[in-house]
Amino acid sequence: MELTLDFPKVKAIVESYTEKVDSLIDSYAGNKEQLISLLQDIQAEFNYLPQDVLVKISQKLDIPLSQVFSVVTFFRAFTLKPRGRHLVTVCLGTACHVKGGQRLVDKMERDYGIKPGETTEDMRFSLETVNCLGCCALGPVVVVDGKYESKINPDKLDRVLRGYK
Amino acid sequence: MVEQVRKLLEKRVESTAELENLRQSILDKKDSSRTCISVCGGTACRASGAEAVVDAFVDEIERRELQIQVELKETGCHGFCERGPLVVIQPKRIFYQQVKPEDIPEIIAETVLGGKVIERLLYVDPVTSQKIIYEPDVPFYKKQTRTIFGANGEIDPTNIEDYIASGGYSALSKVLVGIKPQEIVDEIKKSGLRGRGGGGFPTGRKWQSCRDAKADIKYVICNADEGDPGAYQDRSLLEGNPHSVLEGMIIGAYAIGSHQGYIYVRNEYPLAVGHARIAIEQAMDYGLLGENILGSGFDFKVMINKGGGAFVCGESSALMASLEGKIGEPKAKYIHMSEKGLWDSPSLLNNVKTWANVPLIINKGADWYSKIGTAGSKGTMIFSLVGNINNTGLVEVPMGITLREMIFDIGGGIPNGKKFKAVQTGGPSGGCIPEQLLDTPVDFDELTKLGSMMGSGGMIVMDEDTCMVDVAKYFIEFLKGESCGKCTPCREGINRMSEILNGITQGKGKLEDLDTLEDLAGILNAGALCALGQTAANPVLSTLRYFRDEYIAHIEQKKCAAGVCRELIRYSIDPEKCQGCLRCLRACPTGAITGEKREVHTLNQGLCIKCGACYDVCKFNAVIRQ
Repeated sequence: MELTLDFPKVKAIVESYTEKVDSLIDSYAGNKEQLISLLQDIQAEFNYLPQDVLVKISQKLDIPLSQVFSVVTFFRAFTLKPRGRHLVTVCLGTACHVKGGQRLVDKMERDYGIKPGETTEDMRFSLETVNCLGCCALGPVVVVDGKYESKINPDKLDRVLRGYK
Repeated sequence: MVEQVRKLLEKRVESTAELENLRQSILDKKDSSRTCISVCGGTACRASGAEAVVDAFVDEIERRELQIQVELKETGCHGFCERGPLVVIQPKRIFYQQVKPEDIPEIIAETVLGGKVIERLLYVDPVTSQKIIYEPDVPFYKKQTRTIFGANGEIDPTNIEDYIASGGYSALSKVLVGIKPQEIVDEIKKSGLRGRGGGGFPTGRKWQSCRDAKADIKYVICNADEGDPGAYQDRSLLEGNPHSVLEGMIIGAYAIGSHQGYIYVRNEYPLAVGHARIAIEQAMDYGLLGENILGSGFDFKVMINKGGGAFVCGESSALMASLEGKIGEPKAKYIHMSEKGLWDSPSLLNNVKTWANVPLIINKGADWYSKIGTAGSKGTMIFSLVGNINNTGLVEVPMGITLREMIFDIGGGIPNGKKFKAVQTGGPSGGCIPEQLLDTPVDFDELTKLGSMMGSGGMIVMDEDTCMVDVAKYFIEFLKGESCGKCTPCREGINRMSEILNGITQGKGKLEDLDTLEDLAGILNAGALCALGQTAANPVLSTLRYFRDEYIAHIEQKKCAAGVCRELIRYSIDPEKCQGCLRCLRACPTGAITGEKREVHTLNQGLCIKCGACYDVCKFNAVIRQ
């Protein structure tokens, strides 16, 4: 099949993307120390940190690119790879651990072939772990696209994930 | 626009006298006999469906046109997370638990209008099997002393007037009118308050050295980067009563002469970030933050910074590096942060709970405060009681209460008739305390003596099904991931410990490994750059000290008595109990289980990956784990 590009559409997407990035970066203009907050905002928008955006940040905020990269790779909240349609976060805090949280991570690897930080090939799920979400009464906790699922076991996880296509 | 500005100016409180007038006018408007329904809107209750409960109340109140008679409030965390969503009906404080949206019409009709109690929604004391009607009578709350945390259940954290009505910002008034900055520091010193973030450093001394530091610019920082897994009281305070933290910060800034503050909060706590942001905006509007606070000529602003999810950023120098927009690596502290911290300026960093204690000390006095607690640890502490325990939640108790009282009287003991094994305190820097030491009073010094520490106040209770070698491995794996990698003892030492512990849990351990672990622990303690590395071995050392026999069983008999360490256990099917129901067969991901319907199933050990799926689904206890 021949690939036809709908140029005006692509152009519109790229423009809206650039506009959004620019306005986010501009809202932090001159505030080098707000780098981490800016990166969080950009990741919230695109669900990952596109590399060309990092270059742009480095230029606009006058921060060496090496420093931007060091911050991105140091903090676990940031990812340089695009995430899947649905983000599955398994809490591995101590309370969730003693209640069997690790078995949910094992289950994801077994059933979907992804380890923490990875995304399924069909881009359906990305898996992340978190050290504690602070709702230990509900453990083991899994968060799917921001929705908290409490007292989850591997069997229940199956049923929850079925709802996310 | 003009109208908006006028409104803004109207809100602004220009003096302490005006603040008192405002407080009085809010109180005058309140009718104490009016029914007030407060729904816990903390993260845990929200996850259990509290928002739908609030919506249902709104609908029902509108439907019956009860807006005037009934006040509805979504408050911060009440603490009893196990039983959420929680609803408390004032003025009598009728306590309903595990409330669902479909219960709401009944609550309004029966309880609010009819004055009757709905038995089904009451909490049942598991010890006496009695139904409890009123919130203060619930055993979980009864033994607590909720001086800092108490207001959480009563005020709407998104409404500053609620905080002002409850006496909020009166400590700030008191300070601005008649207490000299040095007198504030003296009062904090006299109170005996110690840092609630983990180390327990005397707060007054920190304030003094920051006050004495000569500099034009000084910073005040609130550490809300609550990284200890299993601890969430900082989040709940910031979520439920953000103004108490702000008020403490303003007083601290006034005492040391700072005009800029930061709240460094975890990005994983969206609700806390949101509420803190609203609180700052409202405090600005009311003239309690910003320029010329309450007409005193004192200026102070606060900004929020969200963390990037690194445990090490709870350490003061790493936190400040992160605030500067750099990676969170700690520095060697030849000079204290209170003299040279954020951007090399003197910086006063305290934990959320420490800040929340400040208004209380100013209002009630250091003498009152120092009467609570033990000789070396004053005041109350908020603990998060989690893990294998009946009443999971946040508890505020005076320092010096015993672990046993906390776990069995307040926490209600261990669920499912299991036996208590250990309690882990202090997060990854703390240790595991066994049953024979449960009568130890809880304070900074006693916990350190036991090889653990207070930390941020996390208490994770473990039952007999917990493997202590696995717990040690869990914390070391955690720290391996979180070590920033700057200094060698921490980076390499923790890695080596992880290899050894993994070996032991896989049945490849040797007895001399235990000596190596202790050696490595000594090196970490002596050589690591920051407190994270220095205390990293505590979970290993404390489990070696109190549960050495479990290590030995793993090494010599290759046995994990708790049935946790995968390589050391095996699953089999008890032919006596198996009913041939096919459940385990269907659950097995590798096809290791074979059999026909209503015939005994068999498990092929060669194919078994020990995931435990069969064990979970079997209804007849026919799957044996040994």
